Amino acid sequence: MRGIGKRFGATEALAAVDLSVASGEIHALLGQNGAGKSTLMKILSGALVPDAGSIELDGQPYRPRNPLEGRRAGVAMIYQELSLVPHLSVAENVFLGVEPTRRGLLDRVLMRQRTREVLAELGSPDVDPDARVDALPIAGRQIVEIARALAAGCRVLVLDEPTSSLPRPDADRLFATMRRLAGQGQAIVYITHFLEEALAAGDRYSVLRDGRLVESGATAGVPPERIVTAMVGRAGSEAYPRSPRQAGEALLAIDNLAGLTRPNDASLTVHRGEVVGIFGLVGSGRTELIRAIFGLDPVLRGDVRVMGLGEAAPTARWRSGAGMVSEDRKGEGLAVGLSVADNLMLTAFGPWVTAAGQRAASGPVIGELGIRLADPLQPVGQLSGGNQQKVAFGRLLHHDVDLLLLDEPTRGIDVASKAAIYRTIDRLVTRADRPCGVLIVGSYLPELLGICDRIAVMRRGTLAPPVGAAETSEHALLLAASGGGN
Amino acid sequence: MRRNLVTLMALLGAFLLFAILVHSETGDFGFVSGPNLELILRQTAIVGTAALGMTLIIAAGGIDLSAGAVIALSTVVLAAALSAGLSPLAAAILGVLAGAAAGALNGILVTVLGVVPFIVTLGTMLALRGVAKGLAHEQKIDAPMTWVNSALAALKPEDRWMLFPPGVWLTVVLAVLVGVTLNYTRFGRHLLAVGSNEAAARLAGVQVGRVKRRVYLLGGALVGVAGVFQFARLSVGDPTVATGLELDIIAAVVIGGASLAGGEGWVLGSLLGALIMTVIRAGGSQLGWSNWVQEIVTGAIIVTAVAIDRIRHRRHG
Repeated sequence: MRGIGKRFGATEALAAVDLSVASGEIHALLGQNGAGKSTLMKILSGALVPDAGSIELDGQPYRPRNPLEGRRAGVAMIYQELSLVPHLSVAENVFLGVEPTRRGLLDRVLMRQRTREVLAELGSPDVDPDARVDALPIAGRQIVEIARALAAGCRVLVLDEPTSSLPRPDADRLFATMRRLAGQGQAIVYITHFLEEALAAGDRYSVLRDGRLVESGATAGVPPERIVTAMVGRAGSEAYPRSPRQAGEALLAIDNLAGLTRPNDASLTVHRGEVVGIFGLVGSGRTELIRAIFGLDPVLRGDVRVMGLGEAAPTARWRSGAGMVSEDRKGEGLAVGLSVADNLMLTAFGPWVTAAGQRAASGPVIGELGIRLADPLQPVGQLSGGNQQKVAFGRLLHHDVDLLLLDEPTRGIDVASKAAIYRTIDRLVTRADRPCGVLIVGSYLPELLGICDRIAVMRRGTLAPPVGAAETSEHALLLAASGGGN
Repeated sequence: MRRNLVTLMALLGAFLLFAILVHSETGDFGFVSGPNLELILRQTAIVGTAALGMTLIIAAGGIDLSAGAVIALSTVVLAAALSAGLSPLAAAILGVLAGAAAGALNGILVTVLGVVPFIVTLGTMLALRGVAKGLAHEQKIDAPMTWVNSALAALKPEDRWMLFPPGVWLTVVLAVLVGVTLNYTRFGRHLLAVGSNEAAARLAGVQVGRVKRRVYLLGGALVGVAGVFQFARLSVGDPTVATGLELDIIAAVVIGGASLAGGEGWVLGSLLGALIMTVIRAGGSQLGWSNWVQEIVTGAIIVTAVAIDRIRHRRHG
């Protein structure tokens, strides 16, 4: 790709970007949200047409006008929001749009057989071609997406944030698959926010900032600090702000809590003035735990008290000063069609709703989190992912809760947005008047170690007693979560 | 397939219940007699055939509220053609084509205007009812009796070898064809893909607009066949007939296990759903239940059927 440029109205999304990826290479594309990574990859895959520049594929000029043309030319993009058809089987998804037929009827035998071959090539022969896609875990669905691209004969694969929703072992398997594909001569570009991951899995990397290529090279021996500097334009020393904290009275106390399927046994106390982290693999029951605490999932056994109040519905939880941010921003976090102000104020509207009142009420939250928008009455769906997440989080600020239950609050968002959320969490738990308590579920260990005071590990529905963040390590936590230790 | 089994059990349950109730009331097993079974099948053919088309439309993520009006339109066109001296076959074909044309109109409006199907077909429901009334000059059109009327009439003794009237057989044949289309053709997969995740289907190169237009066209043609059956029952072209029938049709599809969110639809299930509703009605009237009691029971059955399905889904994740 040479000299690629793209404008959206007045904003220049990309300017004179060059990128080359060789066959057999894994190329990590890094940058903050809004840096132009996705735009560049959409141009490569045909979803967007560039205003300037040219692309060559195998030495031939290549100008796809839509994703279908891109796919036919051999470039496939695997989006963050997986684009599979949930009600159809694995084989049917792999062949969607290019179904083989025999005498007018679907050739299911051939579909199944080819699917099995491709899955075996991918090192995932355990995926059943007849399984319905909505019955597969996210990692399995990603494999199906990749299998679809391979079955269509693609030679350039673009993966957009492939590991953001994967637990560690699945991510490692995905890297092994990528490595295997590269060995077969595929060119792979992958977009990621995880620096360590990019450096470990990629052969080469490129960093975009504000639509420009600021750095690229081989990953071997490059310190993460240098890439952070390239991404943010300054040295990122204050990644995890942490002021001196003082734990106070208990806000949340759960005792031998069990839900219908998960959790099986969880006991924990969260005090004012502290951040408690829960680490666990996907499926360990950490999300279910938070949902049960907030009254979204039924409690089977055990005791849950939030500020003295026992089992209660979400409305009562909000009223007593607890707030929750869901991990599923689009599904549960935000009403994307409504305005930023509506979303911020959703739990605490006054009796009258006026435009002026909404602007005034949402102003402080927007200021504190640095939410970038044109107008508080703008639909939240128009904001970037990071800013949307700030709005979801900002609702707790507007409501002025004492206890924050956060499920993966920084997943898939850019470094600057993360930093804004970390800063706010730190301010809330250390403020003089009514310091908050925070319970945060995460799967990114450096983050949890950076912001939490205590961390508890969830494993197969059982929550281990929390340990001080200063007394543990990534290694120890991962070992405890994935079943290596006791 | 498991889903169809559940619907089948429900049908058998309803049937047994009424067999016992009728037996305790009258002392005979009239409910399970051959003539009664034939009656139930004859009465199911109209809703059942239309439900085949509705299954395709709902599985593709759409809805068709105009089905009742289209049935009326089809009877009017058929009767007018017969009165004008056309052969019964040509008239019946015209009746089906009227349905197909209405379906094509729905499909074009949905895809070209990009208006949601609920609104489009709400509009065509009113407009096509108006067209039917206009064509018929707001009167019933009497048509000469022809063999078309025997499609759903009780069998004469010399035709007993057919077991069921030809209209019932036609419904069965159409059901097989629709079932094969849905499950064993590329078009069927594309239809389900559009209903399940339209964006993903488009990305995979499925021509979403074309699939939808075909689905509505096919659905309309099947509703047209239902209109021919409706005419056969009454032997008049009646522009006011089948008012509200679209809701029975949708109910049959939903009882049959389809998801109104799209991506799922069961041909056999929809037919069984239509049968369940006929059994309740036939059983209710044989027990001397008032119409209003039957309506309450039918309504309760619809909600119960879907609620049971929801609970099952929740349990299986």
